[in-house]
Amino acid sequence: MRPAGRLRDAVVIALLGLWALPFFWQALTSLKPDTELMDVERLLAAAPTLAHYRAVLERSVMPAALLNSAGVAALTTVLALVLGVPGAYALARLPVPGKNALLLGVVACTAFPQITTVGPLFVALRALGLRDTWTALVLADASFALPLVLWLLAGFVREIPVDVEEAAALDGAGRLRVLVGVVLPLIAPGVVSAALLVFLMSWNEFLFAFTFTATEASRTVPVALALFPGIFEVPWGDIAAASMLASLPPIVIVIALQRWLVRGLTAGALRE
Amino acid sequence: MTRRQLDARAGVALLAPALAALAALAAWPGVWVLWLSLQKRIPIFGIDRFVGVAHYAFLGGDARFWNAVRVTLVFTVVSVALELVLGVAVALGLQRQHRGRRLTMALLLLPWALPSVVVGRTFEWLYHPSAGLVNFILGARAINWLGEPALTLPALIVADVWRTMPFVALLCYARVLTIPAAVYEAARVDGAGRLATLRDVTLPLLRRVLLIALLFRTLDALRAFDLMFVLTGGGPANTTETLTVYAYRSLFQTLQLGLGAAIGVVVFALVMLVAWAYLRAVGRTEVTA
Repeated sequence: MRPAGRLRDAVVIALLGLWALPFFWQALTSLKPDTELMDVERLLAAAPTLAHYRAVLERSVMPAALLNSAGVAALTTVLALVLGVPGAYALARLPVPGKNALLLGVVACTAFPQITTVGPLFVALRALGLRDTWTALVLADASFALPLVLWLLAGFVREIPVDVEEAAALDGAGRLRVLVGVVLPLIAPGVVSAALLVFLMSWNEFLFAFTFTATEASRTVPVALALFPGIFEVPWGDIAAASMLASLPPIVIVIALQRWLVRGLTAGALRE
Repeated sequence: MTRRQLDARAGVALLAPALAALAALAAWPGVWVLWLSLQKRIPIFGIDRFVGVAHYAFLGGDARFWNAVRVTLVFTVVSVALELVLGVAVALGLQRQHRGRRLTMALLLLPWALPSVVVGRTFEWLYHPSAGLVNFILGARAINWLGEPALTLPALIVADVWRTMPFVALLCYARVLTIPAAVYEAARVDGAGRLATLRDVTLPLLRRVLLIALLFRTLDALRAFDLMFVLTGGGPANTTETLTVYAYRSLFQTLQLGLGAAIGVVVFALVMLVAWAYLRAVGRTEVTA
């Protein structure tokens, strides 16, 4: 029985490794010198090289794009949490008038197609002189990040026993002090999960970034990758290297922060 | 003031900034787009006038629009169906996994966590006619996956399923883990075989999470844009042009803001229609079940 179970486990891992093959293929491609790129049958490069990474980091917009992406994703996360944490607490716990309608509105916002709002947002951001700035992207990304945070964290707040808060309230603490001193520490794991999801979604976001940016000043990684220049032929090796750089945060998240990611992903869907 | 009134006041104060932001960034553009869709706006020619429902009337007789509707629906139905079937299969495979769970989860979640632009560029390379891994595995053929009209939509769907199946698998897996061992023990005692256990025990217990995955994935597939825009650009010959790509091209390539807005409104209506139909259907089965 035991060896059979071990074999089963190995088969499952192998099959999922096979599923992830496109990613690994891209990783291997990023290490192949240009002369070997067309040799499909060669799994590993005969002479592995970091030349593509060097090219991307020294002679492309990628470094600027990485900085833009990190900045926009981090600021979006901070903004969504600063606005979302108090809002989620109020939605979950306080007798706000018209609360059910508000909650429905928040859920509806998560279903908003970006393609529907991108036109009006473009006109508005241009009118405000915000084209090609981080601010434009942070504001636009907040339109999907904020509903997600409100929805996820309201669920986490509801899981806290009411008694805990009541005890603090009886001690004379105001709602804000209860939120910061009692509730926030208890929902901290949920906050981390929400932050992770928002960061990842903003890092990956393409439509808004593609539309609202124009230059290196604000172009994010997905935009730079989509527009990766090829003068005479497509630089597949450089594109593969750039893909790997664009994938760094997702890789770190699925490996090192997996627990939080899984918690965030399943919380929204599996909670009643 | 009573405690309740104080709490209500605190609640409004805590919620107000978030709601103001949502009103400005989501609700207001959502309403404004309706107004925009009733106007003919072509900035480069300085055209800006009210045309009523002319754009919608135009779309009604526009073959390109109906093609985009068809592509969007085919893409959505086929991708979501494949994702659900494969997702359940993977979840069941993981069910009795003991060793290497973290590694399995990392491998599973990686495609989902990648930027869709990375997925687009990765599959572009995999589908390369002469140097692509796909043709190599198929025996050194020279199939032009992204250039042959009949093959491009399937190729696009494969890339989308690759990226999003893990989400379905994760949800099902999380649900499967909460099924008590006693349930399976009871099924075994009753003499239920593997297939019967799957059919009568596991799948019914997965019903709810599958319905949720179905809703999430359907809405996402209807709204999908990045992958087709990067991988195929809607081509060849518009065979992969979804409503979102058509809307984008109208908005920002031919700069017909009003027409693009109208297509965006159609996508929005489609999403809301599906969500509404879903809630009605699930509400009913929830009652009858």
